[in-house]
Amino acid sequence: MKKTNPALAARRAFLRRLGRAATYAGAALGVGSLGGVQKVAAKNESTSGTGSFPTKDYDWTKRRWAFGVDATKCIGCLRCVEACKRENNVPGDAHHFRTWVERYVYLEGEDKARIDSHHDPVNIAASGSEREYRFANRYKDAKVEKAFFVPKLCNQCTHPACVQVCPTGATYKTVDGVVLIDEKYCIGCQYCVQACPYGARFFNARKGVTEKCYWCYHRITKGLQPACVEVCPVGARIFGDLNDKQSPISLFIRNNRVHVLRPETGNAPNVFYVGLDKDVV
Amino acid sequence: MEPLFHAATYTGYVYPNETVIPWTVLIVVYPYLTGLVAGAFTVSSLYHVFGMQRFKPVAQFALLASLCLMIFVPLPLLLHLGHPERAFNAVITPHWTSAFAVFGYAAGFYIILLLLENWFVFRPHIVQQAQQRKGLPGWFYRVLSLGSYDLSGKAMRYDHKWIFALAVTGIPAAHGLHGYVGFVFGSVKSREWWSSDLMPAIFLFSAIISGVALLIALYVLSCKLRKTPVDRECVKGLGYTLWGFLMFTLVLEGVEFGALVYRGREGIETILEYVTGPLIVPFFILQFAIGAVIPIAVLSYMFWEGTTGKALVAGVTLSACLVLFSVFMMRWNVVIGGQEISKTGKGLVDYQMVIFHREGLVAAASVIIAPLVLLLAMVRLFPPWADNAVPSSAPDARGEVLPRVVTETK
Repeated sequence: MKKTNPALAARRAFLRRLGRAATYAGAALGVGSLGGVQKVAAKNESTSGTGSFPTKDYDWTKRRWAFGVDATKCIGCLRCVEACKRENNVPGDAHHFRTWVERYVYLEGEDKARIDSHHDPVNIAASGSEREYRFANRYKDAKVEKAFFVPKLCNQCTHPACVQVCPTGATYKTVDGVVLIDEKYCIGCQYCVQACPYGARFFNARKGVTEKCYWCYHRITKGLQPACVEVCPVGARIFGDLNDKQSPISLFIRNNRVHVLRPETGNAPNVFYVGLDKDVV
Repeated sequence: MEPLFHAATYTGYVYPNETVIPWTVLIVVYPYLTGLVAGAFTVSSLYHVFGMQRFKPVAQFALLASLCLMIFVPLPLLLHLGHPERAFNAVITPHWTSAFAVFGYAAGFYIILLLLENWFVFRPHIVQQAQQRKGLPGWFYRVLSLGSYDLSGKAMRYDHKWIFALAVTGIPAAHGLHGYVGFVFGSVKSREWWSSDLMPAIFLFSAIISGVALLIALYVLSCKLRKTPVDRECVKGLGYTLWGFLMFTLVLEGVEFGALVYRGREGIETILEYVTGPLIVPFFILQFAIGAVIPIAVLSYMFWEGTTGKALVAGVTLSACLVLFSVFMMRWNVVIGGQEISKTGKGLVDYQMVIFHREGLVAAASVIIAPLVLLLAMVRLFPPWADNAVPSSAPDARGEVLPRVVTETK
């Protein structure tokens, strides 16, 4: 036994060293990851003066963006969809949209709406191309009791489920209220696509990252309107700063009884609707 | 050139972006592999921690199988990512509110734990080979021995303390890892099909039955290949374990589904349309009837009748193979099923698996087969068989009798 003792002691010492090394490595890893947390948290601070922001004189602490949709005004012309695709270089097919318009039709004698959107094969066949969008006149022979359009886009939620589930912090909520995606940091796991209850996110296979509407952040930070708002011929889309009490969006919310989509999710969306209906999803 | 994405057909109304299914068959394979790891580890712990002697013939094999499977668990995820080269972003800057952020740490911790436990368990064999073998194999075992050649009784007792401690730590680690996979799905509130508090528990118990079933199938197969008699007591014990956990799993799934239907929240009509339509073959026929009812009936009949001998081994093995299939279908019906029911609650999407693609059938099948190939190599390097009935054609393994005796004096 005596002969084995030194060896045993050496092994014990080795294991102790192994344990200590593991502790140090763990501590180092912990500190490293804390550093990472700080880095991600730093995204939520003011960027003015840092020089890293595309628009130098923009201060995101001074804005609180919000979006309004007056569904009673929408005529389903889909200019917004096409403008968005061009402005944001969205894949030109019928499966990837940052904004889209839904059509709800109640036929006589039916108590549930028939719903479609421009991605529907019938509508794509009517337009003749996956790059151009229109609503086919598919109900021309039916007796329509009620019909309306509902534009959809990212709700830039106050408690975004997509941001909650992002494992890297590549998608984050800015101070001015928009949810952005860092496409140089996104790993493309698509957990956020699953988590969004509104179907607002999609995976861009060419870029290998997730994409969605960000209210044309590159425009609004320069004082411009989002492309879809700009092209809407009937003023169904309203955009502005809630910090400005006289902005179009402040007036829209103050002067109307507004709804949000799926409030039960707890996401607290920031697209405010007028003219929704019981069947709107 | 392969297309960038595969659009799915649908019925009813689905959001435009839902026509491309985000999580494919690879994400079915991911929880399947993790489950097999947790289940195999459970069996190993039943012996190493809870001292159930009848599991001894498969205890070390279970540990080795756990390691081989666990090494491949990250692979389906990496194949799925849009930017696999950025995978470590989740580890360098983990976003702690995400259920996914912890994966890298949990998986890393568990792989290290499995490596350590395997090293301690196979140390006697490593030392012996390091002393006997020459050339490259000898060099391989000498490196693995980490310079420690002491196999005295005292050293072995010391090793056993480590094995015990690691096995105890491994129980919450393995089951936590898999329960967590269930949480990844159960916590998604946008999908009614996933959003359930019972999801982690269902994943966990189905994991245990899949791991036990895998061990039964592989153990019996290995005995046939090695031309050694099957330890029937061991197979019977595994059969009992499978039987019991299978019943429990079914009850949990039934309760979860019952609650979903009974709550009847928005969109339940579409869910029922799905359940009574596209789900009939993958769920009711494949997962439930073939994969669960038949094994339960066979096992119940055999244990009721007191079947012994070859019939018992055959029956238990058949049940195990069916359960392995059933659990795969369960993963499929959860992961794919959840995405086939539209978030609108008013439409169904139809996922079509692609054959040749980074996320296709061939890739998924390869990811499932790869750990088994690794295991085949590993059992040659580290024979985990406790029966000592080594065929005479394999003289190298004969010497393992000594360390086995030592490990038995626990």
